[in-house]
Amino acid sequence: MGEFKVHRVRFFDYMPAAIRAMAFNRRTERLALARADGALEIFNFADNYFQEKVIPGQDGRAVEALCWVGRRLFSAGLNGEITEYDLENLRPRYTVEAYGGPIWTISAVAYSLSGCVPCQVGCEDGTVKMFEVLEDRIQFQRNLDRQKGRIISLCWHPSASLIAAGMMDMIRIFDVETGRATHRLLVERGVGASKSKEVVVWSIAFLSDHTIISGDSAGKVQIWDGLTGTLARTHLVTKWDVLALSVSQDESSLVAGTSEGTVVQFQFLSSTLDGQNKDWVRTRTFKNHSHDVRALVHTETAVVSGGMDTQLVVRPLLDKVEKNTQESAMRKMAFPHRSLVCCAKKAGLLLFQFPDHLELWRLGESDGHGNPGDSLPVKRKPEKLIQLKRKGEDHICCSALSPCGGWLAYSTVTSFRLYRLQNNTISITKVSKLPKDLRSAHQLCFSTDSSRLFASSINSSVVVVALNQPECKYLHTLKPKSGSREPVHLLFASEDGKWLATANTACEVQVYNLDKIKLHCTVPVYGSCPTAIAIHPTSSNLVVVHADQQIFEYSLVQKEYTEWSRRLQKQGLHSLWLERDTPITHVTFNPKHPAHIILHDMFMFCVIDQSLPLPEAKTRLFNQMILRSLPEPMRILHRHAFKMCKTFQNLMCVRLLEDHSLVVVERPLLDIMSQLPAPVRQKRFAT
Amino acid sequence: MAALYEGYTLCGLAPAQNQSNSGVLGVEAERDSDHVVVTDSTRSVTLYKVSDQKPLSSWTVKQGQTLTCSAVYNPQTKEYVAVSDGKVIRIWKQEHLLLDQAFKATVSADVWRVHCVAGGEPVVLFKRGAVRLLDALLSAPQQPIEEVLAQEESIRWSTNIVTESQQFAIFTTEQKGDHFLYLQRLNPNTLQRYRLEREEPGLSPLSFSASYRDKHIRLLYLYPNGHVYQSVVSERGLVTDEGGQAFPLPRSLLLSLPVGEGLLEAASAQALDEAHIAVVGVPHPSAGSGKDFLCIWNTNFQTLQAGKEIAGKIYGQLWSFWNKLFIPHGKTLSVIPYECPKSSLASALGKMRQVKTEESKAPTSVPSWNNILHEEKALPSRTVETRKTRITRKSQSSSSLTNYQVLELIKTAPVEEVQREVDLLLSRTDIQDLQPSLGQLASTLVSRTLQDPAFYTPSSLAQLVHTRCLCHSVCPDLVLLALERKDYFLCQLCLQFFPDIPEAITCACLKAFISMSDVDAENGSLEPDGVSFMETLIARERGPDGLLNGFSPTSAAEYRSDGLGGGGTRAQQDEEMTSPPPEQICPVGLHKAVLLNEVLQTAYSDSFLLPHLKDLSSQQVVLFLQYLQFLYLKYSQDAFPQTHGLRSPSLSQILDWVCVLLDAHFTVLVMTPEAKGLLVNLHSFVKSQVRLVSELGKIEGSLQELNKMTAKKDVGQYSIEIIELF
Repeated sequence: MGEFKVHRVRFFDYMPAAIRAMAFNRRTERLALARADGALEIFNFADNYFQEKVIPGQDGRAVEALCWVGRRLFSAGLNGEITEYDLENLRPRYTVEAYGGPIWTISAVAYSLSGCVPCQVGCEDGTVKMFEVLEDRIQFQRNLDRQKGRIISLCWHPSASLIAAGMMDMIRIFDVETGRATHRLLVERGVGASKSKEVVVWSIAFLSDHTIISGDSAGKVQIWDGLTGTLARTHLVTKWDVLALSVSQDESSLVAGTSEGTVVQFQFLSSTLDGQNKDWVRTRTFKNHSHDVRALVHTETAVVSGGMDTQLVVRPLLDKVEKNTQESAMRKMAFPHRSLVCCAKKAGLLLFQFPDHLELWRLGESDGHGNPGDSLPVKRKPEKLIQLKRKGEDHICCSALSPCGGWLAYSTVTSFRLYRLQNNTISITKVSKLPKDLRSAHQLCFSTDSSRLFASSINSSVVVVALNQPECKYLHTLKPKSGSREPVHLLFASEDGKWLATANTACEVQVYNLDKIKLHCTVPVYGSCPTAIAIHPTSSNLVVVHADQQIFEYSLVQKEYTEWSRRLQKQGLHSLWLERDTPITHVTFNPKHPAHIILHDMFMFCVIDQSLPLPEAKTRLFNQMILRSLPEPMRILHRHAFKMCKTFQNLMCVRLLEDHSLVVVERPLLDIMSQLPAPVRQKRFAT
Repeated sequence: MAALYEGYTLCGLAPAQNQSNSGVLGVEAERDSDHVVVTDSTRSVTLYKVSDQKPLSSWTVKQGQTLTCSAVYNPQTKEYVAVSDGKVIRIWKQEHLLLDQAFKATVSADVWRVHCVAGGEPVVLFKRGAVRLLDALLSAPQQPIEEVLAQEESIRWSTNIVTESQQFAIFTTEQKGDHFLYLQRLNPNTLQRYRLEREEPGLSPLSFSASYRDKHIRLLYLYPNGHVYQSVVSERGLVTDEGGQAFPLPRSLLLSLPVGEGLLEAASAQALDEAHIAVVGVPHPSAGSGKDFLCIWNTNFQTLQAGKEIAGKIYGQLWSFWNKLFIPHGKTLSVIPYECPKSSLASALGKMRQVKTEESKAPTSVPSWNNILHEEKALPSRTVETRKTRITRKSQSSSSLTNYQVLELIKTAPVEEVQREVDLLLSRTDIQDLQPSLGQLASTLVSRTLQDPAFYTPSSLAQLVHTRCLCHSVCPDLVLLALERKDYFLCQLCLQFFPDIPEAITCACLKAFISMSDVDAENGSLEPDGVSFMETLIARERGPDGLLNGFSPTSAAEYRSDGLGGGGTRAQQDEEMTSPPPEQICPVGLHKAVLLNEVLQTAYSDSFLLPHLKDLSSQQVVLFLQYLQFLYLKYSQDAFPQTHGLRSPSLSQILDWVCVLLDAHFTVLVMTPEAKGLLVNLHSFVKSQVRLVSELGKIEGSLQELNKMTAKKDVGQYSIEIIELF
């Protein structure tokens, strides 16, 4: 089919932050995840674990605990504040100071009959503070009896009348009505040298049968009787800390995460056949992390864990799911499901987005020609042109580089900045006068001729700005007719400047006619969130790829799915394609071959040749090796539309430059691992 | 495995005066397995109960009359039949006390023999070849009897066989040196005549034995030269019957029995079952040339299964009934029970190994499996095949005869003749065929040499060893003999070519080599290969000192001085620098060194070697260690020895010997003052080696890192590559 010159880039030092806390909303099947840099991510477990939303972090915001109250998300952190997030505009909604020093934990009752939902936080100063969750804010209610020592962990009894609090060396049970501590459970310290150290009850769970389960820094998981305050059973699971606990909703299974990176499962089983005398029995151990497991969620079918090694791991429990299905496969999510790399394809520039700065690189050059498989001599090395530090304490949420390489824009939740670049002299000038409507953006996009900037704004709207020297001018705001308030996370301006396609997290894909400045059409809503969209430069067909790996091609002219798309849907995608576990994060086209669609996920990039037959269920999807070994005439017989290349792994970005060479940005996971701090020392054989 | 049991005497005999005749005319089966009828050559017929060794009845003809054929028992009528004076047939029952009162009939021609076997009617064979059933004959006793045989043709042996469908009278005749087999079918009567192939001129079969199996009649006959042949005749036989026309009778050689000196005179072979024959009057292969043995041979494997010495004269008579052999010998008729279980390959081989050395006296001792197996199957095409095999057998037997003659020669002949004959034998092309007998040849030579101090044939022995057909277990005395005769060349050859020299012998060699005087050693010549190797090695004594492989004598000296707390003086070191250090000079002479090298290269196992090594005196050990040290130093200086392609001990062999020697004598060496320097030197070797190895380990580690780095080389920060999609 053809050769590609590939710029293989590995100098993007992307480093995800450690996972600090997680909270799972069983009703909406959304997982909220907080990272060490204060960033918040929302994963939709119902939609192929797609990372729907990202709320960028902030300097000084150290989220220690997360908690869902209905669809509202609260966090508490060591800065002593409680924050509620605006999940539509992807920013903190408000922050309340708790006045109790650093907050270690936050807990809300799972449900409440009354309208007001109590929510409480555990503070450094030993107080448990009760807050009432109101419609638009939370209000401090009262303090429970103040204790000596910090409150590390909290758990409501399902009846909402009792609270268990994990502290230093002890667990206390409070009566919510009176605010008095009713029981004091002393937790034994570790043996040996750690005898002198206080034991920290890192995590606690309060079951409906008044069983209290605690995990502590001495490596114990202890089962207590909450009614009598007596210890029922101790499981020593690690030499290090048990940092996180999570109980399944039916209270039959429990997982504990340790500093060794293991997750230990306990199940409430009877040791005899008659089902009497059930006991918590240690059943399984998972080792999917190299570092501390800081956050754990026990969903219906899986154990979700995250920690210092920055990866989110979904480990299905094989007794809950059907074996050997896609559902039973373990998933590791290492990269964000959106692109952090922007490529100026005319200028050969790459923009890397970090939370606190941007890097602009110029690609290297080579004039050699070589055979497939060769590495060409690099005539000019790639160079870092600019490192741009952000202003303010909010982290960068999106950035863009114009195709000509003359404009650079980035946005935080509170501010938006636009720069003019002079590439020849490498100068950067901030565009000072910006339209007022351009306060902040979820996503940015330049038109192909670099004359327009599109910025997705609140309520799914898109602000269009005209770029002129030396200032820029607000043109208009495009709004969808649906009135959706979900943020737009994908923007694509067509080559000819006529169309603008947007996709939001409500799965809506809108196409605006930029000539007429109005909504052209809305693509029929598909049940899965779009992960990448693109408009074909010549045929004006919109290609949408969804989180469930489906591909649609929609003709903007005819306002219907194209023949090819129908054929694809009729025949169905190959099972191996559907079983991939990372979403397609970018779609582009090859101007030389109009029938080619180029897309990539984390582990492969693929050229779909629409002129070739689709792969049938029995044909080999990954057939490049076979084709390579066949003589030319035989290849025609075995070809199919999906040409997948797995040469490059851990892809952050695959782009086609104007000179038809590919840019591939890799970030090997090993490089990420090597930058992590050393894990706890473990005795290995012969060490 | 067939076995012969303890025999017992059935009766005494009254042999004729000239002792050529046992006095037994025949032994015939009676009613059951425990009764036989013995007819003596004079006048009496006796019925014996075998297990009781007791006569039950006895009948005698009148004086003046003689019994001319052995009495037979007809189980159908429970009558005995005998012939007296050639023409008078007598029939009686056990109740008849006097033979004269019994039934008598006189026939018109001389009767050769009356035969009767169970299941058949009595058959009368006349001397001139006519055959009649007894009943038919007695109905008209005076009926004319035709003459079947030609003039000068006379019956030698006859028997009677009853098959499922027919009764046969079989007899062999001789006519002017030719032998014929007659096969007379009864009811309907047909006669077939076969000519037996001639054996060597003047030899006529000593004994016949016929048996019936698988619809074939098998005739077994023994010649005086020890050959046992088998001929097979179909029961159906040929239809045509041109009177007097004799078909050639195909035969196959079943066995070549050892005959010892001269030809067999009174011997008999009797088929016991399909695979076994009993032979009497043939020498036992392992017991000299006396012919008074009864042996059972397996014809499939050509192995001797059992043997028994028979006292007294053997008359060449042998009968077998119901697992008992009846042998007249000396003045008794003995009964020897036997057993022939179905022979298996394993048992045959097991026995064969046991009797191997003795058996190799037999001219052809190596059985051809092909022949055996194919003979079993290829019955129809016998004629052609047997002819071929006979020819090959003939050539074999002629060559093996000379082999045997050589063996005999060795025992007595003077040195020169033996030498010449052995050389002749070894110069033959089919040396590989001789392999089994070479061992015998060698051991005969060795035993002669051991007996006769004046007798020694070094070149013949060397030549034998050179054939590589020998090994230590074949002639266990050879190495020690060579040592005793100070034939070091032969010793070297043995060490080189014998794969199985026991550690004790190796040690004996080592001891002899170390302690021999250099004059002795330089006397003879040795294998040029080893000598030239040692010459090059010693020639390098004056070559430049290398510092290869991490060790040099000077550094060794440094280590030593370190080890001894700075005791070494500068002057001493200078001295060492000017003249070659003592450990650089070969401590033994050239030939001695070559021989020691041979010892180093022999295979051994530590645990067996150690106890024998302890026999060495401390002086010997020190000398040997010095030599090993010398070798080691030479080797570590230069990598040349292995590259030469000459026969030389490897470095690891040298080090292994050092280790074994130290293991065996360490305490002694520690106490021996003269060994001190040596031990210190060895210690410094080890030190240097350990150093070297640890350095090598370090290098390996860093090289491995390099390897890892090159594997990751393409994983740079940036590269421009070409890929192709299909």
